[in-house]
Amino acid sequence: METARAFLRHPSGMIGLLLLLVVVVVAITAPIVFPVSPWEMVGAPFTPPGEDGLWLGGDTLGRDVAAGVAYGARVSLLIGIASALAAMAIGVVIGAISGYFGGKVDLVLMRMTELFQTIPAFVLAILLVATFNPSLLTIILTIGAVSWPPLARLTRAEFLRLRHREFVEAALCQGERTWRIVLGHILPNAISPILVVTSLTVATAILLESALSFMGLGDPNLMSWGFMIGAGRTVIRNAWWMSVFPGLAILVTVLAINLFGEGLSDVLNPRVSRRRS
Amino acid sequence: MNRREFTKAMLACGAAIPFGITRAAGQTRGGTLNTIIQPEPPVLVTALNQQQPTLTLGGKIYEGLLKYGADLKPMPGMAQSWEVSPDGLTYTFKLFPGITFHDGKPMTSEDVVFSCMKLLVETHPRARQNFARVASAEAPDPLTVVFKLKQPFAPFIGCFDCTSAPIVPKHIYEGTDYRKNPDNDKAIGTGPFKLKEWVRGSHVHLVRHDGYYLKDEPYLDEIVYRVIPDAASRALALENGTVQLVQWSDVEFYDVQRFKAQKNLEFTTKGYEYFAPHQWLEMNNRIAPMNDKRFRQAVMHLIDREAFSKRVYFGNAKVATGPISSKTRFYDPNVKRYEFSVDKAKALLDDMGLKAGANGKRAEIKYIVPPYGESYQRAGEFFRQSFARVGIDLVLVGTDMAGWAEKVGNWDYEMTQNLLYQLGDPALGVARTYISSNIKKGILFSNTQGYSNPEVDRLFDEAAITLDEARRQELYSKVQQILVEDVPVAWTLEIEYPIIYDKAFKNIVTTGIGTHETFGSVYKS
Repeated sequence: METARAFLRHPSGMIGLLLLLVVVVVAITAPIVFPVSPWEMVGAPFTPPGEDGLWLGGDTLGRDVAAGVAYGARVSLLIGIASALAAMAIGVVIGAISGYFGGKVDLVLMRMTELFQTIPAFVLAILLVATFNPSLLTIILTIGAVSWPPLARLTRAEFLRLRHREFVEAALCQGERTWRIVLGHILPNAISPILVVTSLTVATAILLESALSFMGLGDPNLMSWGFMIGAGRTVIRNAWWMSVFPGLAILVTVLAINLFGEGLSDVLNPRVSRRRS
Repeated sequence: MNRREFTKAMLACGAAIPFGITRAAGQTRGGTLNTIIQPEPPVLVTALNQQQPTLTLGGKIYEGLLKYGADLKPMPGMAQSWEVSPDGLTYTFKLFPGITFHDGKPMTSEDVVFSCMKLLVETHPRARQNFARVASAEAPDPLTVVFKLKQPFAPFIGCFDCTSAPIVPKHIYEGTDYRKNPDNDKAIGTGPFKLKEWVRGSHVHLVRHDGYYLKDEPYLDEIVYRVIPDAASRALALENGTVQLVQWSDVEFYDVQRFKAQKNLEFTTKGYEYFAPHQWLEMNNRIAPMNDKRFRQAVMHLIDREAFSKRVYFGNAKVATGPISSKTRFYDPNVKRYEFSVDKAKALLDDMGLKAGANGKRAEIKYIVPPYGESYQRAGEFFRQSFARVGIDLVLVGTDMAGWAEKVGNWDYEMTQNLLYQLGDPALGVARTYISSNIKKGILFSNTQGYSNPEVDRLFDEAAITLDEARRQELYSKVQQILVEDVPVAWTLEIEYPIIYDKAFKNIVTTGIGTHETFGSVYKS
């Protein structure tokens, strides 16, 4: 409750939250506001914004850009959240094992993490998606697979910090099982920074998905913002609206998530919040 | 009538009526033509590589015995006249005197026989098929070549343009490994232009071949082919005059409209008659529901091809009515027409029992998007919306070039899009898609959809060896009617690639192969 109230007093965090809510509402109401599929060619090709009832214009095939932006919000949020969760799952498991057990296990797992950190994430993502044929599932897994190293690092650091605290030692003395200590005692105390980083990972995941779709490596059956920009890019001299509106959508969403994440970080970090009050 | 007689006739006309610019007057020597080559070809020797950029550039360097007009009738090339024996077995060509290669050595009938019978049959898949029909090729004197066929083959006279049978120097290639010959880099041919310099990644510089055998030709001093990989930069280069000619897919379809309006530029879709790029939605005839004729007919009704042309190709295409392009010989418009009608499509699907299931869907079909650029992607999206109207889910599957070739070649697909050249004669460019003897696993651009009809096989076979034009028309009309009824593939469009050039240049398009031509007669006013 205390945290929630602190967050309400955090100006940029609240702006982020409000923007994010707008995006979520757009995503949820897309099928109500635009009952026709965003792929349906409803107008003439190259319809400028405002004409023929197309608020944001039509694309090269005459599809409604506004509908595309609205449905794109669903795809972007879905892929962003799902792949951030996938990254969190991988990162937390590896980081927890590494930090709790230490020693050789730690050494092996961290060298592996470093291996992933040295390969540029986007190049690896392109390689993975191209190898496994682009579809919703492969894109989520791919983005998850290239985004987990920072989370693993962070979780490991938190576990190292908490591993030898009194309450953990106490639990050990009471003969509690390892998984209970990890899940019941250490993880709850390490969760706040992990949540902050995960929320920021959503933003990078959305950007990654947009970049993949822009390059034609998105799921060809999903209307996503990156796909719209990629398709509109070539005609940008004749029809700016095809790439500008989805571009703005990406900008707003990623900005919102970042503001929200930073606000969350400020509020959850005790030292900062103490200074505030 | 050969070229000289033609010139004489034109001069005779000129004596009677006043004329402005003709071939005899008004042409000026000199000038440079800057144009685009996209993508950069791996080699300039057209005998070794037949991709479009190689043919466009190599067409200036290497010539064939004949040319073909927009009507696809033969015209003199390096052969000034030719004769076909009444039994259709003996073809005699008379060469122009004084033809020389770029290295100064004379070109004789020996070079022709060597090129056709030794080199091309090894390096040129299309030529291999054509010249495999030759029983013997002889050079009785330096200016005469005689081909004797094993059996009549009507389109044989259509196999001698510079893309189908380019002539290379025997003295350079005989007894060597053709593909590894060090002189491939010099690209020595007989054409009006010779290679001066090729800076990889930048440009190919061609200059006038002074020893060219046609009087006054070539008119231009030089042609520079610039390598510009980015589509937007290519369009800009044409717009600001850095290049004065673009061809094939140098500028994207959506830019064409803009250039049509630019005052100093001339726009034409002529010059592709020989190729007549024909496009279709390919359906694997082996798999249900595509194995049912009624389903394939429904597909023809489902696709609004006028809208398809307008929305995806920005109007740079004509609706195809059947297997033979309206630009190819023996085209017959009198076939069954499939107008755009969702109701008719539904009726056909209901009739074959493909009804909507519990989820409201009739079927789910995988469609492989050919990885050849944006218009293919948009086409897939257009098809998906068309099929959605009757409750068929078209699932688009992306792939890379190797993956597409592998899947389609090995029949491991349900639907995809395909585009083939018609090559002037149905026996050369059309039959290959429909005859059952060309169902060959692993080979792209064969009868990959697996359509088989003995009557169609018989008609195509007979038409190929029939010499009488009227009889051939009869056979091809019949085969077109059968195919349009059976719909082995759903023909969509005849793609009309543009040629856009600066109005100062004349004679850019003079034959049915357009910018693949030698450009000897191109001049700048």
